[in-house]
Amino acid sequence: MRSVFALALGTLMATTAYAGEQSISLKKAPGLEKVEGNCAACHSLDYIQMNSPFLSAAGWDAEVTKMIKTFGAPIDDGIAKTIADYLKANYGS
Amino acid sequence: MITRRHLIAASGAGAALAGGTVAFPHLFRANSAVSDLPAALSQGTRDEAVLEALPGKKPLIKLTYRPPNYETPIEYFRTPLTPNDAFFVRYHLADIPEVDAKTWRLAVGGDGANDQIELSLDDLKAMPATEIVAVNQCSGNRRGLFNPHVPGVEWGYGAMGCARWKGARLKDVLDKVGVKKEAIEIVLDGADGPVVDKTPDFVKSIPVSKAMEETPLIAYEMNGGPLPHFNGFPARLIVPGWTGTYWIKHIVSIRVVTKPFDGFWMKSAYRIPTGKFPVVARFISQETEANTPITEMVVNSLLTSHRDGAAVNAGNVTVSGVAWDGGYGIRTVEISTEGGAVWSAAKLGEDLGRFAFRPWSHEFIAKPGGNTVTVRATNAIGQTQTASLILNPAGYHHNVMQTVTLNAA
Repeated sequence: MRSVFALALGTLMATTAYAGEQSISLKKAPGLEKVEGNCAACHSLDYIQMNSPFLSAAGWDAEVTKMIKTFGAPIDDGIAKTIADYLKANYGS
Repeated sequence: MITRRHLIAASGAGAALAGGTVAFPHLFRANSAVSDLPAALSQGTRDEAVLEALPGKKPLIKLTYRPPNYETPIEYFRTPLTPNDAFFVRYHLADIPEVDAKTWRLAVGGDGANDQIELSLDDLKAMPATEIVAVNQCSGNRRGLFNPHVPGVEWGYGAMGCARWKGARLKDVLDKVGVKKEAIEIVLDGADGPVVDKTPDFVKSIPVSKAMEETPLIAYEMNGGPLPHFNGFPARLIVPGWTGTYWIKHIVSIRVVTKPFDGFWMKSAYRIPTGKFPVVARFISQETEANTPITEMVVNSLLTSHRDGAAVNAGNVTVSGVAWDGGYGIRTVEISTEGGAVWSAAKLGEDLGRFAFRPWSHEFIAKPGGNTVTVRATNAIGQTQTASLILNPAGYHHNVMQTVTLNAA
C-alpha cells in the first residue's frame, strides 16, 4: 500500500506542510534549530507546547529517550542532549 | 539517511504532493483560538489549541497537526449521534495514505486460521450487514484534565463520538478463513503507518473470544454515509464497548494468531494497572501482574447544555447531556445541585442501544449566584462514576463526576 521515499535528513527539515503547522512558533532559544530539525521529522512541534509546562527535567529526558529508543528517532547522544536541554529550559515545569 | 514514507514536500507557501498522500488544500486557512477550553488543561495546551477544519471536517479543536489529533467541541454531543464531519480525529503516526476504495483489499489469514483470503469492499458489502449504534471513545479522553498532568495528547472532553455503524461482522469474516482451536488473538493493522521505519507500526490485537462476539464489525458506513477519510475510510474495525484503541482505521490486515501478539502497542502502550479499575472485560493472554491492556470503557457522562461558568436566568433551568458505558447500558443518571449531598434522577432520553450515548435532562431551580450541578451516571451492573481521579501512568479512564457551575441572575 505504501511507497517509500529515501531522503537525506536535511530534506526533511523543510517538510512540515500539514494544515496550519507553519503557524507553530516555539520559543527562540539555544537548541531550537535542533528541535525543529529532528523532532519535526515525525511530528508537528505543537506536541511540545501541548505537554507544557508540567514536565520536569526528568520528564523531558524520558520523552526524548522514548522518541529515540522506542520510536526509533535517528538522533545521536549529543543532539539528544541539546534537544532535552532546550525543552527543560523553555517548556519545563 | 532516513527512510520516510509519503513525504509531503513543501517549500514556502506551496505544498506539493508526493507519493499519493492525502493533501491539505487549505494550508493557510486562518485558525481561531478556542475561547472556552476547560480550565484544567495545561497552559501549554490552552495556548496551542485552535479551532481548525481538516478537509471534509467542520472546525474541531486542533491539539496536534501531525499526526492529526482533533477533538469534537461538546456542542456536537447535544444529540446522541455525532455528525461525521464533527467526529474526532486521532492518529498515532503521521503516514496516512488516502485509500482508494476500488483497490483497497482486506487480507485475512494468520497461523491460527485454516485458510487465507482477500476481500474487496464489494466482497465485504455482499456479506450480511449489521447496524449498531456505538460510542467510539479514545482511551485517553480527558487526559488533559489529569491532576497532576501526564504527558500524551492532552484531550479535553471531546475525544469521543457516537455513530450508527454498518458493516460485516468480524466473526463472519473470520468464519470465512476458519479459526483454529489453538488461536488466541486476532491481530489488526491499518494502512496508516510510521514516518520512520524503526517506529513501531500501530498494530493491535483483541482476544479471539471478543472477536467472535456478535458486535465487532468491519464497518464501511457511519451514520448512513461512507466513513470520512480521517475516521478510517473505506473500512474500520469497530469494537462496541471497548475503547477506541482497538477500532483500527483503514483496516487492511486481520491475522488470527496462536501466540500473544508482542507489538509495542500491545506490550507497552494502552495498559492500565491490573485490578485498579472496575472493569469486567479482561484480556487474559496479554495480562501481567503489574498491568493489563485497557478494554471496555468505564461508565461516564457529560453535561452538554451549558459550559462551566455559563450565565443563566434564576428560576427553572434545564440541563442536559449524554451518558455511556462499556455496553451494559445506562440505568440512571443523577444530578446533585447540593455538592453530592442530595441526588435527583434525571430523565433519560431515547435508547439507541446499550453501546450508544444515552441522552438525559433535568430541570432544577437556579438560585441567584453560583449553582453547582454535579452529574453521576450508573450502569446496568451498578457501576458508577468515581468521585476522585484514579491515577494511572498513561492517563486513561477519566470518569470523574463532572461539576459545572451556572451563574444565575
